[in-house]
Amino acid sequence: MIALDLTEKRFGPTQVLGALRLEVARGEVLGIEGPSGTGKSTLLRILAGVDTRFEGKMQAPSRRAMVFQEPVLMPWRRVIDNLTIPTGASEDEAEHWLCRVGLSGYGAHWPGQLSLGQARRVGLARAFASRPELLILDEPFVSLDAERVDDLLELTARLISETQPAVVLASHAVRELDRLATRRAVLAGRPARLTAL
Amino acid sequence: MIALARKRHIPSGGRSALPAHAIATPDWRAVGRTIVSILAALFLWAGLAFVLDDPAHAPGPQQVLPELFEGLASGKMLPDLGATLWRVGLSFALAMGIGAALGILLGLSRRADAWFDPWLTIWNNIPALVLIVLCYLWIGLNETAAVMAVALNKVPLVAVMLREGVRARDPALSEMARVFGMGFVARHRHILIPQLMPHILAAARAGLALIWKVVLVVEFLGRSNGIGFRIHLNFQMFDIAGVLAWASAFVLVMLAIEWLVLAPLTAHAARWRRE
Repeated sequence: MIALDLTEKRFGPTQVLGALRLEVARGEVLGIEGPSGTGKSTLLRILAGVDTRFEGKMQAPSRRAMVFQEPVLMPWRRVIDNLTIPTGASEDEAEHWLCRVGLSGYGAHWPGQLSLGQARRVGLARAFASRPELLILDEPFVSLDAERVDDLLELTARLISETQPAVVLASHAVRELDRLATRRAVLAGRPARLTAL
Repeated sequence: MIALARKRHIPSGGRSALPAHAIATPDWRAVGRTIVSILAALFLWAGLAFVLDDPAHAPGPQQVLPELFEGLASGKMLPDLGATLWRVGLSFALAMGIGAALGILLGLSRRADAWFDPWLTIWNNIPALVLIVLCYLWIGLNETAAVMAVALNKVPLVAVMLREGVRARDPALSEMARVFGMGFVARHRHILIPQLMPHILAAARAGLALIWKVVLVVEFLGRSNGIGFRIHLNFQMFDIAGVLAWASAFVLVMLAIEWLVLAPLTAHAARWRRE
């Protein structure tokens, strides 16, 4: 379970996020939509624990994982190491998660040898390999073709259903929100505020 | 430089049992090209010496190389080569250590960089000779002063190169490391250092080339052994072939370090780009 009671978030003199409350229980998927530049990524960075400079309180589990807009893999480490090093998972566990995302046998590849779709699957496998209690998805399927997005949506939905983390998903794509979100909210305005749908 | 190329089949499953460097094989075409290039330079040198026809002022390889081989084969050159190599190694290690630490600090902290960038600019522009003379005057004509003088000449160059490397790192990877809770050691070992590796190797290359030249000046001015000292003696006797033979001996050593240490290290660090 994650609970955020934000008073405000500023970048210098600019207030980006206004007062907002957000709670997500385990097994729940909160889908956040909103126009570009409203502060969705800023909100996700706060939830992920990357940005701690905000006014407010947050209760979040220690085991957090994130799937980024770009795969964000270490290009100088082999695929399997991209799972084991950040998450602390064993090689067997990493192989298991690679297998779950359809990349069985890709452990010895370098990330640069993968297609964008495969790299995104590695990012997904890395997130689940850390056995997260809170999973943050920041437009995880952007710039993929429709067929690949459908495959990845099905896969992600299945893995979430099996592992039951609290999930916060930010996306512009209605299809992704429809398929994954159990609850939806809109982030809009200046400073941005969250409105439940 | 001998380029190392590797073709590797990635297995359909599991991890490779072989470390990458274990299956590195030389690119023989590149080796051949290097040898031909060096031979061409020797022929050009010999041609110029033949045209000038003045062995005392413009000795050709036929005067210099026998002196070089005789000095190496008889072991006459080895103590001085060893002394110079020791000074190069010690100052190189010092300069890389201090320069890298300083560069990383300045790259990570904008405040520190704002304060110390002017210092670095001034330091970088102090002529090598001034630092050498000052070290000899302050510390004395001894080994410590010699090594310090060389290291001090190289530190700002390493610091600037490493600072730029730290600035150019990918912030998304640092964010990923924080989200997944990677520890201090893991973040440095797997995220920061690999991103700095090209800059570290470039600084090592540039540094080694600079250091051995400065070491020679240091030895020329204030030591009683080493290649620089021998060049000083040959200078006093106006023995140009001798100067070239002693300099060539150390060029050979530096080329060996480049080919046997730096080139394989570079190839190993960049293996993920080639496969």
